[in-house]
Amino acid sequence: MAARVGRICGAGLFKSNTTSSLNQISSYSTTRDWSRGRKALVGSLGILAGGAGAIIFALDRSVRASELELHPPKNPWSHNGWFDSLDHASVRRGYEVYKQVCSACHSLRFIAYRNLVGVTHTEEEAKAEAEEQMITDGPDEAGNMFKRPGKLSDYIPSPYPNEEAARAANNGAYPPDLSYITLARHGGEDYIFALLTGYHDAPAGIALREGQYFNPYFVGGAISMAQSLYNEVIEYSDGTPASASQLAKDVSTFLKWTAEPEFDDRKRMMVKAIGIFTILTMVSYYAKRFKWASLKTRKIEFKPKSK
Amino acid sequence: MALSSAIYNTLFKRTSTFALIIVGSAFFFERGFDLGCDTFFDSYNKGKQWKDIKGNYSQ
Repeated sequence: MAARVGRICGAGLFKSNTTSSLNQISSYSTTRDWSRGRKALVGSLGILAGGAGAIIFALDRSVRASELELHPPKNPWSHNGWFDSLDHASVRRGYEVYKQVCSACHSLRFIAYRNLVGVTHTEEEAKAEAEEQMITDGPDEAGNMFKRPGKLSDYIPSPYPNEEAARAANNGAYPPDLSYITLARHGGEDYIFALLTGYHDAPAGIALREGQYFNPYFVGGAISMAQSLYNEVIEYSDGTPASASQLAKDVSTFLKWTAEPEFDDRKRMMVKAIGIFTILTMVSYYAKRFKWASLKTRKIEFKPKSK
Repeated sequence: MALSSAIYNTLFKRTSTFALIIVGSAFFFERGFDLGCDTFFDSYNKGKQWKDIKGNYSQ
């Protein structure tokens, strides 16, 4: 580092060879008219701000270093990449996993049955999915709430009426809503996959309380959700072998879709944006060369006045 | 040269026709560009999108 700085200085890049250029700089400087006290004040303010920034940065690094957390490995998702859409067959299987496994405890409040149409289900299938559920509606003429079969416009019903009921049923732990879970956790769908497949026995020295399980990907290691995905725990309607990792992969893809329903449109716009900006860059590069040509090819000659 | 000067004299010289040319070419460029991009995207993601698999579920 020092050698490199020395080489740059040696090359004379930072040296001002003549006093005239120094004079020029000082005559163009906007701080020329400042008083000594004002310069000192602004200078010390700059040092203070820089120092505060450095301290904040250093503190942030040290906090991260002290965390005992296992980061999920990056998986080669079929929707990774600049132009890759979601795998909708996988999203559909993921809905089956959510419906038959996750929905026992986790809500999906922000997804309505109409959202499934054209993404994972046809309209008839989505209507049939909705009609399986009894939705609380009302009040009727007598002021009572009543149950009715679901419609396309209904949101996916939650397993518990409120957070307190969910906590009471789960040893005080709250199963989070899964609608935006891949955006709400570090690592996104990689984290969901690692968490669902990462259960194993607690190592020696880790004490788990009643109703807790060990999962290294969960911060702290003690998670109140039991392992729920095993080989063949459900049967896929399209005949895909339902191994535990397949189930976890499909439900992670499904939750990626629930969190980012605009995913495919975004990737489609990516193609268009790259295309149009390539054209615009070429046009503006040409225009710049064209407009500057006369200036760049100009020669300036200095002729001292002869006495 | 004759062609370009003919195009210039008939189409680009008057502001009215020039403006028409701009609007018209913008329309056709937009349609063509969108179509090309969508075709690329759909062939790149063949078999993954809903329109590729919905035949399996609706008769």
